[in-house]
Amino acid sequence: MAESALTNTGAVATTPAGWRQVTSDWSSDQRAFKKVSWGKAMMWIFLLSDTFIFSCFLLSYMTVRMSTTVPWPNPSEVFGLHLFGQNIPLILIAIMTFVLITSSGTMAMAVNYGYRRQRKTTAILMLVTAFFGATFVGMQAFEWTKLIMEGVRPWGNPWGAPQFGSTFFMITGFHGTHVSIGVIFLIIIAHRVWRGDYDVERRGFFTSRKGNYEIVEIMGLYWHFVDLVWVFIFAFFYLW
Amino acid sequence: MAHASAHAAETPAGAPVVHDEHQQHPIKLYLVVWGWLFVLSTFSYLVDYFHLQGLLRWSLIIIFMMLKAGLIVAIFMHMAWERLALIYAILIPPVVVLVFVAIMVFESNYTLLSRLVFFVMGH
Repeated sequence: MAESALTNTGAVATTPAGWRQVTSDWSSDQRAFKKVSWGKAMMWIFLLSDTFIFSCFLLSYMTVRMSTTVPWPNPSEVFGLHLFGQNIPLILIAIMTFVLITSSGTMAMAVNYGYRRQRKTTAILMLVTAFFGATFVGMQAFEWTKLIMEGVRPWGNPWGAPQFGSTFFMITGFHGTHVSIGVIFLIIIAHRVWRGDYDVERRGFFTSRKGNYEIVEIMGLYWHFVDLVWVFIFAFFYLW
Repeated sequence: MAHASAHAAETPAGAPVVHDEHQQHPIKLYLVVWGWLFVLSTFSYLVDYFHLQGLLRWSLIIIFMMLKAGLIVAIFMHMAWERLALIYAILIPPVVVLVFVAIMVFESNYTLLSRLVFFVMGH
């Protein structure tokens, strides 16, 4: 066994690449995702299913917007703010986008410091990420309040097609829920990192498996996905 | 990519040793990507700010969106350094959603036509 392992490692030329590697991985009668831990693979598969959920929301939004005979409200004006004596179009959404991108940047750095086993830097960067996430949700709550005060309801609004309200609350509400859940999990994982759970491989209360710093990367995958979904919502709902 | 394929021991004996394969890249890479995401977001905001219309608006929105999504998935989510088996399993299914998009475009056009014929022109 050990001998065959050694010979396999040595023979770089026979290691399949490209599609041949894919087919050999999938037909190996073992784990299909080599060198990917179960936690990371399952997070990716969950994110794929979440992609389908958001795809369905954006698709239904596309369908109602394309099929309505009533003009669609202009998002540029609806989401504009009156600041410093002038109307700035879409400014709140632009700031929310920058806040979320910043949180993604700090998360990526948290993952990096996690693998360097600098637990305090990692925990602080994760808390900064959670802070930006909470800021984003706060701005979204402000936006919802503003629109509800102006008379936007899931069944109608003062500016045009009634479907605007239903798709807006559905899509941004679902995304905001994802951000909120992410903030809660960030705080939980940051607390464990700070406590040093992943330096002593403390077992998880639910899985009883030894913990390690890869959980920070898995948490990061979820967080970047939330940012990724916002990229699509920003493009299709706010800019289109 | 190179270091991953260099010691690709796909034997059952090598399988349990997963945690040695850490994603370790210089901080500078993340800062550069971060900067690009800011620049691309500013560009997409300016598309709206300058009231670009029509095909130019839509193509610019899609281009900036795809570039941002690509940077996030490839660098921040480390997809560029994963094995092809995982990359294809995760990235190909969302592309197939485009078929669904095409179906719903036909459906919406049909609904719009029916509404125009029976509700708008009807009375």
